[in-house]
Amino acid sequence: MAKPVEQLSQVIVRFAGDSGDGMQLTGSQFTSETALLGNDISTFPDFPAEIRAPAGSLPGVSGFQVHFADFDILTPGDAPNVLVAMNPAALKTNIKDLPKGGTLIVNSDAFNDRNLQKAGYAASPLEDGSLDEFQLHSVPLTSLTVGALKGIDGVTPREAERSKNMFALGLMSWLYGRSIDPTIEFLESKFAKRPEIAEANVKALQAGYAFGETTETFAVTYEVKPAKLEPGTYRNITGNQALSLGLVAAAKLAKLPLFLGAYPITPASAILEELAGYKNFGVRTFQAEDEIAAAGAAVGAAFGGSLGVTTSAGPGVVLKAETIGLAIMLELPLVICDIQRAGPATGMPTKPEQGDLLMVLFGRNSESPVPVVAARSPSDCFDAAIEACRLALKYRTPVYLLSDAYLANGSEPWLLPDVGTLPDISTRLATKPNDGDQFLPYLRDEQTLARPWAVPGTPGLEHRIGGLEKADRTGNVSYDPDNHDLMTRLRAQKVAGIAGDIPELEVDDPSGDARILVLGWGGTYGPIAAACRRVRQNGRAVAHAHLRHLNPFPRNTGEVLRRYDKVLVPEMNLGQLLKLVRAEFLVDAVGYNRVRGLPLRAAEVARAIEALADQ
Amino acid sequence: MTLTAKDFRTDQEVRWCPGCGDYAILAAMQSFMPELGIERENTVFVSGIGCAARFPYYMNTYGMHSIHGRAPAIATGLATTRPDLSVWVVTGDGDALSIGGNHLIHALRRNVNVKILLFNNRIYGLTKGQYSPTSELGKVTKSTPMGSLDWPFNPLSLAIGAEATFVARAIDTDKAGMTAVLRAAAEHRGSAFVEIFQNCPIFNDDAFAFVRDDKDGANRIPLRDGEPITWGAGGEKALRQRSDGSIEVCDAAEDGVLVHDARHESAALAFALSRVTQDSLGGTPVGVFRDVERPVYDDLMAEQLATATAKRGEGDLAALLHSGETWDIG
Repeated sequence: MAKPVEQLSQVIVRFAGDSGDGMQLTGSQFTSETALLGNDISTFPDFPAEIRAPAGSLPGVSGFQVHFADFDILTPGDAPNVLVAMNPAALKTNIKDLPKGGTLIVNSDAFNDRNLQKAGYAASPLEDGSLDEFQLHSVPLTSLTVGALKGIDGVTPREAERSKNMFALGLMSWLYGRSIDPTIEFLESKFAKRPEIAEANVKALQAGYAFGETTETFAVTYEVKPAKLEPGTYRNITGNQALSLGLVAAAKLAKLPLFLGAYPITPASAILEELAGYKNFGVRTFQAEDEIAAAGAAVGAAFGGSLGVTTSAGPGVVLKAETIGLAIMLELPLVICDIQRAGPATGMPTKPEQGDLLMVLFGRNSESPVPVVAARSPSDCFDAAIEACRLALKYRTPVYLLSDAYLANGSEPWLLPDVGTLPDISTRLATKPNDGDQFLPYLRDEQTLARPWAVPGTPGLEHRIGGLEKADRTGNVSYDPDNHDLMTRLRAQKVAGIAGDIPELEVDDPSGDARILVLGWGGTYGPIAAACRRVRQNGRAVAHAHLRHLNPFPRNTGEVLRRYDKVLVPEMNLGQLLKLVRAEFLVDAVGYNRVRGLPLRAAEVARAIEALADQ
Repeated sequence: MTLTAKDFRTDQEVRWCPGCGDYAILAAMQSFMPELGIERENTVFVSGIGCAARFPYYMNTYGMHSIHGRAPAIATGLATTRPDLSVWVVTGDGDALSIGGNHLIHALRRNVNVKILLFNNRIYGLTKGQYSPTSELGKVTKSTPMGSLDWPFNPLSLAIGAEATFVARAIDTDKAGMTAVLRAAAEHRGSAFVEIFQNCPIFNDDAFAFVRDDKDGANRIPLRDGEPITWGAGGEKALRQRSDGSIEVCDAAEDGVLVHDARHESAALAFALSRVTQDSLGGTPVGVFRDVERPVYDDLMAEQLATATAKRGEGDLAALLHSGETWDIG
């Protein structure tokens, strides 16, 4: 008999387990099932850098949070309503985030003495009443799974046990009315070469679903209706996927071959892996011997007429500074993607931070301006990548594209753009002399101040470029004092001039009454926008502006900032944009800063806005 | 129109010290280039930092004077995306073997189609006379007043160890020998590594006097593929390989004189020859040590692109964006 169905507007589920428990797969499959149902979604995978930390240990816990709703949502949610904990360590590290009354599903089989001890529990929390304030569902996931898989030939008990994540997924799919068909299809294709493993996983999934239907422990199921999103075709996408597609699209739009130089580094490696699969788009990926060579090869490719890109995270980007300085002097296009992670040094490789802003702006010798573009959401990485390429090609300059570990691994539905509406970013290569019968490699375009891009193979335009200071127009080596002053100013003016070629800073202030402005940049868009919604729901006005361009700033930035009595700058660093706006615009802005290696929470930003408004 | 050496000169004043070996190398290169039959626009010289690295400014081709040690990496990006170009890297002992050591060995092992010319003068010239990674142990310089503590690299041994497919040595003053080596390097598909003994008259004068001024051939051991390796004023000395693979000097008339085989499958012979030095055996081999064929990085990459395109068709952006699971909202 069907159980009663309760309507919900939104749900936040967190799957947590051992690194080897398959929580990322479970979470992403739950997301796929949910996306196909038409809910709006936002996901946040949170996992350790260790591939397999000691089983059952606290540092080995891997989590995947998915927020789905019948309206447009902005973040993966501050805290889960439902926590699925596969072992005591997962419970211990996540239970503090579950609000009172929240649903807690635990794999009771994993709560043995050994695991309890590893997680630091003196007594089993399932039995000591410490979980009384939650709706606890204690389910023997492991033994139910092993029982369900009895009799499948060629599946070892260990392999059967490992399918328990699919049992959990089946149960959750039933609880929220998600069809498990897409996951069955996925499993059959993933394990096509080992049909017995596919069968085991499918059986576990189905057993979990059936368990929900029959067991008395769950009295109701829930339904979250489709969200009213803009019409169109959608796919679920992570930031790194979107960024990769953006680079492929940019190369197509620029009519240039794409060359990626990269060295494996978390959380940027997925871009290298993704682009390596697009060889039929003429994409060349080069896994270099180090970060320096990755950037160097991209500059070499750019010299030869490719769209040269290098991708990394902070610890790799610092090594590229020298090459970026060269590209500034050579005035060649180059896109450097920094998928920021918590630092300094190795820091926390899988955790997000916005700590690299000042580095990408100033982390080079001498006067070396570089435009900076930052993505605001996973799907926005696509547009941000195209924008970074556009600026690099048009102005013949290295351009930084900033993302972070949260955007990189987080996902959301992406309204697929009509390819025909994407910007034309094609650029002209030099084909003939530009000064009588001479070719002057540093004779600039009057409007953009960009120099001509003459690639080897073009007869009559042979020229030499290099890291030594260039004479204006001819590009010959020059130590002339006035020339150096001129060239330094020209390079700065060229980048500053981009302000005339980017949109003005837009302000979101529905009532128009706001006296307080929240200024953000990059990956904090979701939490800040969600925080502003909350503040407005509480009956107060607040304005939100979010910077895509960090260098140069939009031309109206100062005017926008000065329009408000108070300016709050929330960041996942200790106040880097804050420092810039104070220095640049003499605005007495204040910061809200958290560097926990986690996205900002909407609730805490909302409280910060209200506190500042009350001051 | 047939090109001449003059066509490869630029209008830039050459700024090396009087008597620098680089002048001879530049002149040899400019007169050798026309015989390659490659248009100037299809030739690119890439360099790092150091005295040798100024070389591209003086070659009327495309060129890039880049950053210290990184030229092999930059040239890799260029050669990989532009297989139609003839790409040359000019580097020095500090540039290639110290700060750029990593890039050098990886370019060689990948067999990228670049020709790497290492001007070895066994000293840092542009920074005014500190010891380099090829300076001999105990070398007294400004930074080593009591003598260098570093054991030097043997550039050819390093290149062979790094899986280089073409390894050769030339001497700055030996125009004919250098041209022959450069020709062989240019004809080699894949990466070619050429060490050029180059005199720095200011900071390390006469470091290679034993072969540069070796008029009677007492010290130069010419390597000619397929020929017995003999030398000496009257060709009286020869090299012979011991059963353990190492090399000894013998009389040219004796049995078992080593016949040079630059195309030998194993790198062992070339490596053994690279260990023959003035210090170890009283002679210095010059010429092509090793010249073997192996798939070229740029070709392999181009093949993968062609295979992917043949299999999946030329990339369609709209189809790519719509790949994976999609759903429609009406």
